[in-house]
Amino acid sequence: MVDGKIVIDDVSYAYGGDWILRNVTLHVPPNAVTVFFGPAGGGKTTLLRLINRLNDLVEDTEMSGRILLDGKDIYDRRVNVPNLRRRVGMVFALPLPIPGTIRENVLYGPKLAGMNNPDQLGDILERSLMQAALWDEVKDRLDSPATALSGGQQQRLCIARSLSLEPEVLLLDEPTSGLDPISTRKVEESLYELKQNYTIILVPHSVQQAARVADYAAFFLMGELVEYRPGVDIFVAPRDKRTEDYVTGRFG
Amino acid sequence: MINRMGMQKAGFVLLGATTLVVVIPILLVIGYIIYEGMEALSWQFIRAAPFDGMKQGGIFPAIVGTLLLTLGTALVAIPIGVGGTVYLAEYARDTWLTRCIRLAIINLAGIPSIVYGLFGLGMFVLFLKMGTSIMAGALTLAIMTLPVIISTAEEALRAVPTEFRTVSASLGGTRWQGIRYIILPQALPGIITGIILGLLRAAGETAPILFTVAAFFLPHLPQSPFDQTMALPYHLYVISTQVPGMPDSIKYGTALVLLALVLSMNIAASIIRSYFRRRRQW
Amino acid sequence: MMSQAETSEKPQFIWTEFVIEASIRVLGFSTIGFVLLIFLFLLLEGVPVFWEVPLKNLFGTRWYPNFGYFGTLPLIFGSAFVTLTAIIIALPLGVLTAVFIREVAPEWLREILKPMVEVLAGIPSVVLGFFGMIVIAPLVRVIFNAPTGLTVFSGALVLAYMSLPTIISVAEDALDAVPKSYRDAALAMGATQWQTIWHVVVPAARSGIAMAVMLGMGRAIGETMAVMMVTGNAARMPLDLGSLFMPARTMTATIAAEMGEVARGGIHYHALFGIGIILFLLTFIINLAAALAIFRKQRRGGLR
Repeated sequence: MVDGKIVIDDVSYAYGGDWILRNVTLHVPPNAVTVFFGPAGGGKTTLLRLINRLNDLVEDTEMSGRILLDGKDIYDRRVNVPNLRRRVGMVFALPLPIPGTIRENVLYGPKLAGMNNPDQLGDILERSLMQAALWDEVKDRLDSPATALSGGQQQRLCIARSLSLEPEVLLLDEPTSGLDPISTRKVEESLYELKQNYTIILVPHSVQQAARVADYAAFFLMGELVEYRPGVDIFVAPRDKRTEDYVTGRFG
Repeated sequence: MINRMGMQKAGFVLLGATTLVVVIPILLVIGYIIYEGMEALSWQFIRAAPFDGMKQGGIFPAIVGTLLLTLGTALVAIPIGVGGTVYLAEYARDTWLTRCIRLAIINLAGIPSIVYGLFGLGMFVLFLKMGTSIMAGALTLAIMTLPVIISTAEEALRAVPTEFRTVSASLGGTRWQGIRYIILPQALPGIITGIILGLLRAAGETAPILFTVAAFFLPHLPQSPFDQTMALPYHLYVISTQVPGMPDSIKYGTALVLLALVLSMNIAASIIRSYFRRRRQW
Repeated sequence: MMSQAETSEKPQFIWTEFVIEASIRVLGFSTIGFVLLIFLFLLLEGVPVFWEVPLKNLFGTRWYPNFGYFGTLPLIFGSAFVTLTAIIIALPLGVLTAVFIREVAPEWLREILKPMVEVLAGIPSVVLGFFGMIVIAPLVRVIFNAPTGLTVFSGALVLAYMSLPTIISVAEDALDAVPKSYRDAALAMGATQWQTIWHVVVPAARSGIAMAVMLGMGRAIGETMAVMMVTGNAARMPLDLGSLFMPARTMTATIAAEMGEVARGGIHYHALFGIGIILFLLTFIINLAAALAIFRKQRRGGLR
C-alpha cells in the first residue's frame, strides 16, 4: 500500500510483561476513515493510544517498532509530546466532559496552547461545535455546565473539544458505545464531513458500524493484525478464515 | 431458630451498649467543660491580659499566641504539604524511593509529640539559634502537621477520576497543566479539609511547644516571629498544675476557649467536606 | 497545518513549569529528610549520655537526676504499665464499637457516630488531662479508696479514650475491606448476621484489627500531656498489681516535666534526649510494621 499519513512499522507493545500487540505493520491513508475492528482484547484501543502517545501515562510497559506521522518518528526523543497530541486528537468511549461549562470544555485545549484572543476563541468555539453538529442545540447555553447535556450531546461536545485544536488526525475509540441509535447516526454522519479535512481512525462498537463507515478496515485478533484492505472488500469477501468467522458472526 | 435470633439480638444490644460507653464520655467531657466554662467566659476574660499571678484577668495573650502559632504553622505546612501531596499522588511512580516517602509519612504521624518538642529544641532553638520563639515553635508544629495534611489531601487527589488526566493530556495539556486546571480545583475542598485537620492538631498541642516557644507568663503580645509567646494549651497546663490556689473558673474558661477553637475547626472541616461531596459533578 | 507540523519537532521548554515540577519533587522527598533530621538531632543530643553515664546506672531502678542516678527502668516500666492497661481497656471497647459502627448501625446512626469519634480525636490532650485531673482522679480516689487519685489506672483510662479514635478507624477500615461476597456466602448458608460477623467477617479482618491495636498502642506510648497531668509522676518501679492504684511516671512525662529546668548540654539534658531516642525507636518499629502490612496488602490486592 502507498505511504500513509501514519505509518505503523512493526510495532509490538507489552503491558506488565504481557504482549498486547505483536509486530503490527499498517499504513493509514489521509482524508479517509480507517477502522480498527475485532473482538475485545485485540489491541485496537492500545494501538490507538500509541498514536498520540497517551500510553506514556501508563507505567510498566515495553514497546518496539516505529510509528511515523508524516514520515517522522513520533517516539523520537526530540518530539514535543503536547504538540503531537494537538496534531492527533482523541475521542474516548465514554463522554468525559471536564468539570465546567460547555465553553470551557471546548476552549480547554486552545487556551492551554496559549491562545487568548477572545475573537479567535469565539470563532473556534462556533466552528468546533458546528463541525460536531452540536452548535444549534447549545448556542444559547454555552455557559451552562457540560454535565447538563444528554449523553449523545456530551459525546459530540467531546468531538468538538478535540476539533477545537484543528488536529490533522482524529482518533475515535468506540465513540458511540454509550449512545442511542439517533445520536449514533448523527456522529456517523459528521464523520463523512470530517474526513474531507482530517485523517480519521475509528474503533467501531460493532461490525455493522465498521461496515457502514470504513474506507479502509483492519481486523485485529489477539494483538495481531490479521487482514487490512479497503473497506467493503473485507466485509464482503474476507481472505482470512478468521476474519470471515468474525464478520459473519461465527466467531466464538 | 428463635434461640439463634435471640442471641443475635442480645449481641447487638451488647455492641450498642459498648458504643454508648465510648460515645457518652465524649459528650460528657464536652458538655461538662462548656457548662463549667460558660461561667468564667466574658468579654473581659477574652480581651484582657492576666494579672495578679494570673489569678485574675483574662487570657488574651494566650489566644493571640495560639492564633499566631497556627498561622505560622499554616505558612510553612501548606506549601510543603500540598506540594508533597501533588508529588505523591501525581508524579511518584511505585518505586522503593516512593515507598520510603510513604514510610516516612507514616512514621512522622506516629512520632510522639514530645519527641517533636525535643527535635524543635535541638534543631531550631539551639542549632539554628532561633531561641525559644514563634518561629521555632511554628516550624516544629508544621512538621508534625504534615502527615495529617498529606494523607487527607492525597485521598482527595486520588478521588478525582483518572480520566480527567487522560483527557487533559489528549488535548495537549502537560502534566502540570492538567493538575493546575483540573485536578487541584476539583480536589480543593478535600485539600482544605486536610489543612484544617492538620492545623487544629497544631493549635491544640502542648508538648511540641513546651521548650520551643511557650512562655509561662508574658502580659504583652509578641512583637516579632523571634519572640516568645503564651499559648492556650500551655497556659491551661500551667494554671492547672503549676500555680497553686488558681481559681477553678479561670481553668474551666481557658479549657472552654481552647475546646471551642478546636471544635469549631473540626466542624468547619466536616461542613466543607460534606457540602462539596454533594455538589461535585462526578 | 503544514507549518504546525514543522514546529512540533522542537520541544518547547517552559521555565515556570520546570521550576514548579522540580520544587514539587523536592517537597515530595522532604518528608524523608524530616524523619532523618529528627533522628539525627535525637542522636546528636542523646548519644553522649552513653559515655557520660555507665550502663549499669542507665538501666538501674533509680531515677534521681539531681543525685546522678539516671536509671531509666522505672520510666520504661511506667510507660509500659500505663500503656498496657490503657490497651486492655481500649481493645474491647474499640473493636466492639468498630463492629457496631460498620456491621450493625444503620446508615443515619453511622453518620452521627463517625464524626463523634473524630471529635474525640480532635480534643487537645491537655484538655483531656485537665478533665482527668479535675473529675476522674477524685472519682478514682473515692471509689478505690486510694491515697491519691493520680494513679496508673486514672492515666490509663484517659489514655484508653485517646487511643480509641485510632483503634476504631483502623479497625473499621479493616472490616470494610472484607469482600461483600464473604458475607453473602455466609448469610446464604443460613448463618445469622451475628454468626456471620463473628465467624466470617472479624476473622477475615483480624490482621487489620491487630494493626489497629498496634497503632493505638503507638499513640498511647507517645502521649504526653494527659499522662503527665493524671498519672502522678512518681518515678517508682511498678512491680505488682497494687501499683495500678499508685502514681507512676512515664518516659514522655519525664521529658516534658524536666527538660524545662535542665542545663543545656549537661548529662541530664543528654539523658532526656536518650529517652527521646527510645521513644522514637519504639514508635518507629510499630509504624514500620504497620507500613509493611499496608504495602503487602496493596501488592496483593492492587489494581494495576
